[in-house]
Amino acid sequence: MDSFIVISLIKIFVVFGALMTILAYLQWVERKVIAHIQVRPGPYRVGPHGLLQPLADVIKLITKEGLLPPYVNKPLYLAAPFIAVTMALLSISVIPFGPAIRVAGYWTWMQLANLNIGVLFVLAVSSMGVYGIALAGWSSNNKYALIGGLRSSAQMISYELPLGLAIAAPLLISNTLSLRRLVETQDGWLWNWNLFHGFQYVSFVVFLIASFAETNRIPFDLPEAENELVAGYHTEYSSMKFAAFFMAEYANMVTVSCMATLLFLGGWVAPWPEKFGSGFVPVAVFAAAGLIALFHGWNAARRKDALTFPVVGVVFLAVAAVFLVPFLQNILLPLFWFCAKVGSLLFVFIWIRGTLPRFRYDQLMAFAWKVLFPVAVLNLLVTALVIAVIS
Amino acid sequence: MMGHIPLSWFLMLSAVLFTLGVAGFIFRRNIITMFMSIELILNGVNLSFITFAYQRHQVAGQLMVFFVMVVAAAEAAVGLAIILTVFKNRGTLNIDDLNSMKD
Amino acid sequence: MDLILFLAFALIAVVAAINVVVQRHPISSAISLVGVMGSLAVLYLLLGAEFIAAAQVIVYAGAIMVLFVFVIMLLNAGGEARAGRSFVASLLGVPALVALLALLAFFTARLFPSDAEVHFGGFKGGTPEAIGRALFTTYLLPFEITSILVLIAIVGAVVLARKELE
Repeated sequence: MDSFIVISLIKIFVVFGALMTILAYLQWVERKVIAHIQVRPGPYRVGPHGLLQPLADVIKLITKEGLLPPYVNKPLYLAAPFIAVTMALLSISVIPFGPAIRVAGYWTWMQLANLNIGVLFVLAVSSMGVYGIALAGWSSNNKYALIGGLRSSAQMISYELPLGLAIAAPLLISNTLSLRRLVETQDGWLWNWNLFHGFQYVSFVVFLIASFAETNRIPFDLPEAENELVAGYHTEYSSMKFAAFFMAEYANMVTVSCMATLLFLGGWVAPWPEKFGSGFVPVAVFAAAGLIALFHGWNAARRKDALTFPVVGVVFLAVAAVFLVPFLQNILLPLFWFCAKVGSLLFVFIWIRGTLPRFRYDQLMAFAWKVLFPVAVLNLLVTALVIAVIS
Repeated sequence: MMGHIPLSWFLMLSAVLFTLGVAGFIFRRNIITMFMSIELILNGVNLSFITFAYQRHQVAGQLMVFFVMVVAAAEAAVGLAIILTVFKNRGTLNIDDLNSMKD
Repeated sequence: MDLILFLAFALIAVVAAINVVVQRHPISSAISLVGVMGSLAVLYLLLGAEFIAAAQVIVYAGAIMVLFVFVIMLLNAGGEARAGRSFVASLLGVPALVALLALLAFFTARLFPSDAEVHFGGFKGGTPEAIGRALFTTYLLPFEITSILVLIAIVGAVVLARKELE
C-alpha cells in the first residue's frame, strides 16, 4: 500500500513535469510550423532557432500586470480559468503511455489511474470543461466576451455528440471501455489497429473533425478569433489567467490526440512486432536526424548554424544510442511509438491551422447537426450491423 | 478496513436533498430557481434508488436512475423552452406576476 | 477511507444544496447545483454504480446544467428581489420542513438495521456491461419509450424556440 502511494506520487510528478514542458514547446512547434507554412522563419532570435521562446513567453506572462477589472463577477471570474485548466489536465490522468514496466524492482503501468470506464471519464471531464468557457464569458461583464463564451459553449456541446458516437464505433470492435484494454486488443501488426482492422475510417475522420471543434481550433475557432470578437471569451483576462486558458487549449489538444491514438491507431503498439526489428526504427530515425543536422552544421547556411547544428546532431545521435540500451528499451520503445503517433496527430492539428480558413458560426453549427451527426449515427449503425452479422 | 458507512446515512442524505429541493420549490419565486429545486429533488431520489440497488445487489435500481435522468433531460429541455417563451412574452421571471392567462 | 470520502462529499452536497436554495442570483444556484451533482457522482462510485456516475457527470452536470446556465445567461434577468416576505410563513415553514425531514429520517433509520453497511467494492454489478445487458433485455420497452419521449421533447423545444413567421 505504501509503495503504491510513493510510486503514484513519482509518476504524477514525472507526467506533470513532462506535460508542462510539452505544452510550452508545443507552442514553439506550432509557431515554427505555421511560420514555415507561410514561408517565413518564425521565432528565431530568442535562443537558437527560437528554442527559448516559450521560456520568454512564460516570463512575460508571469510578470505582466494581473488586472482584476472592477466590474466583473469576482468569484466566477477567478474560478473560470481554474475550472478550464483543471478539467483539461484531469483527462491526462487516465491515459496509458505504455505497458507495464519494471523500475527499480517495482512493476508499474505507465498510466496514472486505471479506470475500467476510462473512455467515459475522458468524455465526462471534457463535458465539464465547457463550464470554464461559459463562466469566463459571463463573468467578464462584456458583450463580446459573453457572445464568444456562449458561441464557444454551444459549439462544444454540439460537437460532443458526433464525438461520442465516433468513439462508440471502435468501442464496439474492442469491446471494452478501459483505455488499457483498448490498446491490448490492438496488439500485433499494423493491420490490427482499429483503424485498419475494423475499417473505422469514417469514425476516425468524424472524431478528428469533432475534436477540432471541441478544442476550439481552426477551422472552428470563430469564438476566439481576433478579428471577429476581440478575443472572445478571454478578452478580459490577462497574465496568468490568460496563460491558464492557453494551457487548457493545448492540453485539450494533447488529450484528444491521445484519445485518437488509443482508439484508432493502437496506442503504444509498434506497427510490426519487436522480434521483427521494429526496435531499430527509433534508432534509425534519430541517427538519420543527427547525421542530417551534422551535415547542415558542416555546410552552415548562417554563421550561428555552424555552432548550433552540430550540437543538435550530437544530441540526436546520443538519443539514438540510448534507444540501443537493452534494459531501457521496454520503457522507451512503447513511449516512442505513442509519442510518434500523438505527435503526428498534433502536427495535423497545426497543419490544418496553417492551411484552412475558419467557418462562419451558422455554417459551423449547421455542419455539426446536419452533416456530422447523421454521418456518425450511420457509421455506428453500419459498424454494429457488421459486427452482429460477423459474430 | 476502517470506516464502513451505514446504509441509512445514504438514505438520510437523500432525504435531506429531497427536503431542500421541496423547500426551494416552495420558498423561491424565480421560475428558474424553482426548476433547479425540482432537479435537486430528482437527484435526491436518484441517490436512494442507487442505495437500494446496492442493498439488494440488483442492477435494476441503477436502470431506474438511468430512466430518471433521461426524463429529467427531456423535461429540462421543454421546461426551459417554455420559460424562454414566457420571458419573451411577459418580461418577468417572478412567478407571482405570472398569474393570469390573458396577456 | 470510505467513511472520510462519504463524509466529505456528503457535506459538500448538503452545503451546495443549501446554497442552491438560498442564493439570490440564479447563476450561483446553477453552479452550486453542478457541485451537488459532482459530489453525488462520487457517492454513486462508492455505491458501485460506475456507469451511472459517469452518466451523471456527462448528461446531468455536463449537458442539462449547461442548458440551465445558457438560459440564465441569455435571459439575464438578474437576482431575485427580496420583497413581500411574510414573517409568519417562515416562522411556520422552516419548522415544518425540519419536522418532515425528521420524520423521513426516523422511518429510514427504523426500517434499515444498522448492520447494513456500504463499502467501496461491495457491489460489483454496476459495470456498463451489466447495465447494457439489463437495458436491452428486461427493460427494452421502457428504453424505446424513453427514446420516443426524448424525440418528442426535442421537437417540442425546437417548436417553442422558433421565431414566429410573420
